[in-house]
Amino acid sequence: MTTKTLPIRVVLAKIGLDGHDRGVQVVARVLRDAGMEVIYTGLWQTPEAVVRAVEDEDADVLGISILSGAHMTQVPQLVDALRARGLDHVQLIVGGIIPETDISRLEAAGVAKVFTPGSALPEIADFITSAVTR
Amino acid sequence: MATESEIRQSEAYQAWREAVERASTREASFTTQSGEPVEPLYLPPEIDERYEAQLGYPGQYPFTRGVYANMYRGRLWTTRQFAGFGKPADTNARFKFLLARGQTGLSTAFDLPTLMGLDSDDPRSAGEIGRLGTAVDTVDDFGAIFEGINLGDVSVSMTINAPAPIILAYYLVTAEEQGVPWEQLRGTMQSDILKEYHAQNEYVFPPAPSVELVVDMIEFCARHVPQFSAVSISGYHIREAGATAAEELAFTLADGFHYIERTLERGLAIDEFAPRLSFFFNAHNDFLEEIAKYRAGRRIWARHLRERYGAQHPKSCMMRFHAQTSGVSLQAQQPEINVIRVAYQALAAALGGCQSMHTNSRDETLSLPTEEAVTIALRTQQIIAHETGVTHSADPLGGSYQLEQMTDNIEQQAEAIFADIERQGGMISAIDNGYFRRSIAESSYRYQRQVDTNQKLIVGVNAFTEEEDLRIPTMEVDHGIEAEVIERLAATRAARDNSATDAALAEVRRAAGAGENIMPALIDAAKKKATVGETVNALADTLGRYTPGG
Repeated sequence: MTTKTLPIRVVLAKIGLDGHDRGVQVVARVLRDAGMEVIYTGLWQTPEAVVRAVEDEDADVLGISILSGAHMTQVPQLVDALRARGLDHVQLIVGGIIPETDISRLEAAGVAKVFTPGSALPEIADFITSAVTR
Repeated sequence: MATESEIRQSEAYQAWREAVERASTREASFTTQSGEPVEPLYLPPEIDERYEAQLGYPGQYPFTRGVYANMYRGRLWTTRQFAGFGKPADTNARFKFLLARGQTGLSTAFDLPTLMGLDSDDPRSAGEIGRLGTAVDTVDDFGAIFEGINLGDVSVSMTINAPAPIILAYYLVTAEEQGVPWEQLRGTMQSDILKEYHAQNEYVFPPAPSVELVVDMIEFCARHVPQFSAVSISGYHIREAGATAAEELAFTLADGFHYIERTLERGLAIDEFAPRLSFFFNAHNDFLEEIAKYRAGRRIWARHLRERYGAQHPKSCMMRFHAQTSGVSLQAQQPEINVIRVAYQALAAALGGCQSMHTNSRDETLSLPTEEAVTIALRTQQIIAHETGVTHSADPLGGSYQLEQMTDNIEQQAEAIFADIERQGGMISAIDNGYFRRSIAESSYRYQRQVDTNQKLIVGVNAFTEEEDLRIPTMEVDHGIEAEVIERLAATRAARDNSATDAALAEVRRAAGAGENIMPALIDAAKKKATVGETVNALADTLGRYTPGG
């Protein structure tokens, strides 16, 4: 077991049509403060474009922000797209307004962790650190 | 310093007194619970020039103490709960539910594909149809939302921005189909595109041509739909994105100034359109600061309208506003206590003199609200209006040393921000260089740090937490509606005269290219059953599409 010495690389993206980006921007800043390299790809990304960014940036973690309610349509597509590109090792985390019943479904579909409103920001950074250096 | 008898002789005081006597009063007993009479307004023991210049009397310039002489004694604010989900028939049913429970106006939420100008059968719409609002593809869908609701009887607010002129066309055509003359239509279209670039991100076209579309609507309504507000200049989303109270107010008023300047360029006189400009602000947690914000806003707006733009009509100087309690202040932990946050925020809006109000439901941090949660939210407003007694007098907290100081401070901060925007080269340059987004992101981050370091305590989140949070019921939108909505759209496309639709869309392109007022072409396209997506594409062919920073 080796511990990564290079900074953890995180791609953050918003998929779907909602423009609520207050949360993702704050998360980006907190992760940067925690020493990670963060690439925020912006609004209205398709699953394909997000996966391309993960590949190009050689990311360890992909964080998806979605507050529109379309997560059960969009996130499984994203998981498939990651697998199709052989990116199964990338830790996928999702943040947004996700009903409890959907959290277990998303985790069963391959999401490492779902963060809902009220999650403490340091919790997100801690989760990523332990998930990647494990 | 004036004595009591001299106050009574002051021209401004007399004018206020007469206006109160002339105004109609609603059926209510304006006494305390112990039966003591309550005055429509309380004044300081000594009135000086500064008092009259800074605060004055409600219904009079500079309107610090309210836009109407007798405020809520005449008419309470309109209770207006934002609603919409699923297919048009679902929203129609929710509207009828709210009207049956004493709601006095309607407020329409559209789904994200509609807000972004996409048709329901666009691949990008998958998973989003009918989720956050109602799905509208054509004028027929719009008509179905208001089936059995006479548009001449109820004021309707519509929350949509980039495609707003298209939805306005649908509304006008629906009114025509119901046999309601446009002169009778009351309500508001949000259509405040500037705040989309600052905060909410629901833009399609670039800023400058988008503003011209807003001006088209202002101009068209000023001439043909005189009781309708074509734009509701909105700070709500700017605040939700993380701005401070002063930033919310200043950015919003600056947006208003920009619309005014562009409309004046068209050759309209200020008093022809300024009376219909209305505002939409947040009602957040900091009780006194919020009240100060509304009061400062009225004073700033009045002064700029009169001194900078030469408005003569008192209505042009009135900052009338809708208030909505703060969505981001609601917490997922102990969600049942959100009703308490909402009640204090709503009380601030009432004490701040709002004209209409939406109270959020306790469950909105988890899902769209259930009927039970919406009813509690609506009842919150009704308790404030009818039980607390705060509606007996105008500006009941006016004269508080703290509130007056805070009102002055917010006004000064706002003026400093206006100067900042000027230094950036004005509104459009400031958008282009990211000034607004940077400021908001900075304020949002600063606040989040305070929460994370426990300098700000949020009950149930970083203080007074429970081992297990209470579960409250949440609403699920029927996922089966997507296919139904898409089929309905296909049926409309199949039944219409496609060559007539294409000709109407060609006319939209031509009018947009020629810089003509777009509304007549959009109304015709609506009648020819052009979809939201087709019409947005026709406009984008001429106006272009916006990518931030690009």
